[in-house]
Order: sequence, then C-alpha cells, then structure tokens
Amino acid sequence: MAEADPQAARTDAVYHHDGAENLPAHSHHDVEVLAEDRARRYWRANLRVLTTLLGIWAFVAFGCGIVLGDWLDQFHIGGFPLGFWFTQQGAMLVFVALIAVYHLWMSRIERAHGVDDDPDRSLPSTGKRGR
Amino acid sequence: MSTQAYSFLFVGLSFALYIGIAFWSRAASTREFYVAGGGVHPIVNGMATAADWMSAASFLSVAGLIAFAGRDGSVYLIGWTGGFVLLALLLAPYLRKFGRFTVPEFIGDRYYSNTARVVAVICLLFISFTYIAGQMRGVGIVFSRFLEVDINTGVVVGMAIVFVYAVMGGMKGITYTQVAQYCVLVFAFLVPAIFLSIMWTGNPVPQLGFGSTLNDGSGLSVLQKLDQVTTELGFRAYSERNRSLIDSTAIVAALMIGTAGLPHVIVRFFTVPRVSDARRSAGWALAFICVVYTTIPAVAVFARLNLSESINGAPYATAPAWVKNWENTGLIAWQDKNDDGIIQYRAGSALSPDKPEFTAARGRHGERLLRNAPSANANELYVDPDIMVMANPEIAGLPGWVIGLIAAGAIAAALSTAAGLLLVISSSVSHDLLKRTFAPTISERAELRLARLAAVAAILIAGWFGINPPAFVAQTVAFAFGLAAATLFPAIVLGIFSKRVNQPGAVAGMLAGLVFTLGYIVYFNFMAPELNRPEHWLLGISPTGIGALGALLNVATTVVVSRVTAPPPVAVQEMVDDLRIPSGAGIAHRH
Repeated sequence: MAEADPQAARTDAVYHHDGAENLPAHSHHDVEVLAEDRARRYWRANLRVLTTLLGIWAFVAFGCGIVLGDWLDQFHIGGFPLGFWFTQQGAMLVFVALIAVYHLWMSRIERAHGVDDDPDRSLPSTGKRGR
Repeated sequence: MSTQAYSFLFVGLSFALYIGIAFWSRAASTREFYVAGGGVHPIVNGMATAADWMSAASFLSVAGLIAFAGRDGSVYLIGWTGGFVLLALLLAPYLRKFGRFTVPEFIGDRYYSNTARVVAVICLLFISFTYIAGQMRGVGIVFSRFLEVDINTGVVVGMAIVFVYAVMGGMKGITYTQVAQYCVLVFAFLVPAIFLSIMWTGNPVPQLGFGSTLNDGSGLSVLQKLDQVTTELGFRAYSERNRSLIDSTAIVAALMIGTAGLPHVIVRFFTVPRVSDARRSAGWALAFICVVYTTIPAVAVFARLNLSESINGAPYATAPAWVKNWENTGLIAWQDKNDDGIIQYRAGSALSPDKPEFTAARGRHGERLLRNAPSANANELYVDPDIMVMANPEIAGLPGWVIGLIAAGAIAAALSTAAGLLLVISSSVSHDLLKRTFAPTISERAELRLARLAAVAAILIAGWFGINPPAFVAQTVAFAFGLAAATLFPAIVLGIFSKRVNQPGAVAGMLAGLVFTLGYIVYFNFMAPELNRPEHWLLGISPTGIGALGALLNVATTVVVSRVTAPPPVAVQEMVDDLRIPSGAGIAHRH
C-alpha cells in the first residue's frame, strides 16, 4: 500500500490523508518518516498562508492607513473621507477578519496534512508529548 | 444621588464582584492557577486577554490623545490592534505548542543559555515597569476626580488599592476576574459613547455616529463641523494628517511589534487547551478589543466638539461645575491673559512651562492662580488630555450615574492590566531569575515570598512613575511597546522561524535593541528634552516610534552574529521542528 513507501505517500499525501484514520495502524517507523514529510509540507503551506495574510495586513495598515491615506480621502464612505475611515475604523475591522481567516485556513491545512491537534483524529507527532 | 455617591456605589459594587470571583476560585491549586486547569475556553480566554491588554491608557487616555491629536492619533489605534495580527500569526500557536509559562523560559530554552534568559528577564522588567507606571497614573486620575483630591494623592490611593487587590487573591482566578472586568469596562465605555452619539447625531451606534450628519439642522457632518471648529480656534483641521509619513509608519510599526511582544499578553496563550485554540483566542481577544477601540475615535470626536463648543467664550465665574472640579485636581488650569474674565480656548500651549504649577491663592474670579508665565499665544486654557473620557459625560451634561460608571470602568481597566503585569513581574523575578538561574535550590515557599516582594517593589516603583510621569499616560505606555518591539519580539520570532539563530546572536540582538531604544528614549525625554523635535530626530523618527528601528537593529544583529558563530545544538533544532507542528501539544506545565 502507498503508506509503506514514503515516496509514494508524498505524491498523493493530500488525498491520502483525507482518510487519515487508517494511518496509526502502520509500524512506528513508517509513521515517523511520514510524519517528517508531513511536517515539511505543512510548514511550507503555513509559510504561504503567513505571507499572503501578512501582505494584506501590511497593505491595509501602512498602505491604506498611512501612505495612501491622503489620496483615499477623495472618496467618501458615509460622512467619512475614506483614508480617515481606514485609519480610525476600517483597518481594525480588517485585522479581526484576517485572524478569523487565518484560523479557518490553517485548520483546513492542518487536517489536510494530518497534523491538526484534535485529540480524536490527530496522529502521533514527531515531537515528545508533554515535554 | 450625587456623582460622587454614584462613583462610590459602582466602584464598590464592581469590587465586590471581583473579590467574590477571587474568593470563589480560591480553591484552585497553584498549578491549576498557572495553567488555569489547562482548559480555559478560547472565548473566555479572549475576553480575559482583552481586559488584560486594555489598560487604563486604553480606557482613559487614548480617546483624549486622539481628541487632541486628531487624525495623527490614529497611529495608536492601528498600531495597537494591528499587533494582534502579528501575535496570532507569528507567536501564539508556537508558544502554546512550546508549553511553558513565561517568555524568558522560551528564550532561555530556545537559546540554551542562562545569559539569554537573564537578558530576557531584564527586557521584560523594563517593559512591565513602564507599562504599569501608566496604569498608576490612570488610577490616580480616577481617584483624584471622584475623591476630589490632588492627582498625587490619587496615585497613592490607587497604589494602595492595587496592592490590596493583588495580595487579596487577585492573582487567583485571574482569568475569570478579568472576564468580569472586561464586561464592566466595555459597558462603562459604550454607554456614554452611545449617549453622546445620540445627542449629536441621533444615531445610536457611535462607530457610525461620528460619520453622520449633525442633528442641529446645519446639514454638516460631524467631521466637517469639527474641522470647522478646530480651524476657527486656530488648530489644524481635525481630519488632516500633520505627522510625517516616516514617523507615522515607524510609530505604527513599533506599536504593532511591541503589542505582539508584550509578555503579559503572550502568557495568555499558554492557558488554552490546544494550539488551534491559541489562534482562536487571539482572534476573539482582538474582536473584544475592537468593540472598544472602534468606539474610541467616536468618543474622541464628540469630546473635542463638546469641549470646544462649551468652554470657549464662557465667563469663568459662570463656567460649568466640571471646569472647577477638574481645576481642583490640577488637570485643568486657566490663566486670564487678557483680564476679561472669559475663557479663551485657542491653539497652542497656554502656559510656560506647559504643565501648570499652582499657587495656594485664588484670583479675582475664583480661579486657581499659577506660577507659570503666560505663553505668547492667546490660549488661556490648559486641559490635560487624560481627563477627556472622564470629563466628557459631565461636559455633555449626562446623568451622574454615567460618570460613576466610567470611574468603575477605568478602575477595572487599570486593575486587570496591573494584575496581569504584577504576575509577569513577580514570576519572572522569582521563577526565571532565581529558581531557574541563580538559586535553583530555593524552596517553593521562599519563591512565593519573593514573588510577593517583587510585586510590592513593582507597585512602589510604578507609583513613583505615576507621580512623576515621563509623559502622559498613553505615551508612557507607548514606550513600553517600543522596548518590547526592540527586544523580545525579534528574539521569539527568529527563534521560531529560523533554526540557525543561536545564543550569541540572540543575546547580542536583544542587548543592541534594548540599549539603542532605551538610550534614544532616555536621551530625548530626560537628558535633552529641549531637543525633542523632528529636526533632531534620527531619520525623523520620534522616541515613540524608535522601537521599530530598534527591532530592525535587533534582527540584523542577531542574524549577523549567528552567521559567524556555531549553529545551535541538534536538540534545539529538533525542538524548533516540534514547535512548528500543532499536533502533540501537552497541557502547559511548569518546571
């Protein structure tokens, strides 16, 4: 089966781990090799999420909030000049939304890579439990 | 009932609530306290984090600061809230996975060195002391007003109460007490804001109200009216930016990075059950914070309108009671420059030097006389920005109970933050510094006694700073953020995202950040305050924003020094690998 061969597992890991519940049945060695591979892929996916979300964060905070503020003021939202609104309301709303998106997105990635921390589903990690 | 009676009632009731909660959760063991049973729900934890983080500065000063700074004050809003994004994305999940209790513990383990741990403790103490000083000043302002005493007496009363509160078990069940404090402070902040919004615009949502049309039939929006009023009095228009782009950017960056590096906020994420809960908890915390933080700019706008409209051109003899009440606390002063008995409120500093120094005598109209020389401009009124939130309902003529509510809310904000800070200070001194570094053989009891002593010392030092503040509350607190940005945050983030950074790098980086940032702040605020103007600043960056440069310096130093020294041991690199995966996090525990 695919799980016995780490190379094969790498090619279809995402689909494979959707049915992750059959993994713990394998020998410790296989699980460890797979876990390391999973961890690497998970980390790369994590960095992509961080880059995207922090990009938006920086654009809203420093772009809309400060640098583009004067230019945005030509537009209005209600009685607010848009740049002013971003600095005193909009940016904060975006920040809350960003953390919510981050949480949901990461939860999906973690399930897909089989590294989520739900005790009912989770696999043994590479680390030592309860250091 | 008088305003003072309402204040006593609400403050008394809220105290009874906190003490009740502390008593109720007293059964909890020490271990249970430190991990909060390892099972605090993310929403509860988020609410407690919000209370922990929203200080007297948030409650009292930020609105006042923005009311006077106008659009320039927005940097505080963006900076402080934006930092939570960094905290949630770059720190919270990994530190939760790490599973210890204090920030110096992480730094000590990740950089496998007592030196790094001690440097982290020093940074942490600098940050926490600066921060707690702001709380004392805030509590002092509240007490000075509602006990009708001098601000310094107010600070001393505040010190006594924080002391009793911390000893009486405020440390136990801190999470649930903070939840109660959040509820008190959010209610106390929103009620007057809603009143004011309805009064000026008829819109009950303050966040929308300050962008609505005035209900006086003029057809102007609130902001247009305020721009008009401020320019008429000789100020810059409220909604215009005056601060330079580079300084605004630096301040926002310093506040953001600093928020994410605040030790008493970071420790909050150790208490949730799972790694994913750390993320969720950060999100909830920010949402709860933003309930107040999106209201702040609305309060600021209404406060500024109220102040300008009600006081300018009023004869002092018949001025409303709040002017005289606040004058008695020393936070408002009036100098009748043109001797007409009428208060002229204009742009510019009314007094020279800026802060009023009162004599014992009263003037012709009953005003407190000043030692200060009159300044060259026409402004006759000194208003301490810190009083705006408290004075606002009085200025607007809201009922006495609203003012009493604000007193209770401000004290809740100050106490929740002070308790969190005291915990961090005492645990880092007794645990990180003594137990884990200098005196590993120390008994549990001696450790606890030292923790108490550290808390007492913290209160005393903070009180001294509260009486002799380096700047007003929000700025005092802003310095704590600068220091956090320049020291702890880079060390933690690099420790998670790079396996290559090592002990010499981190120690050199933290020290470089600390010395540079602290030196810059001390130089411009204490050694050469007369030079504290944009033309003398490094790259045009003010002391408030210098933490951003400090953080860059820290990162550069850490990376360069790490490159030229040996990589960290394999065990540490494996620890970093383990940190990066959410699964397998045990319940946080103490060593």
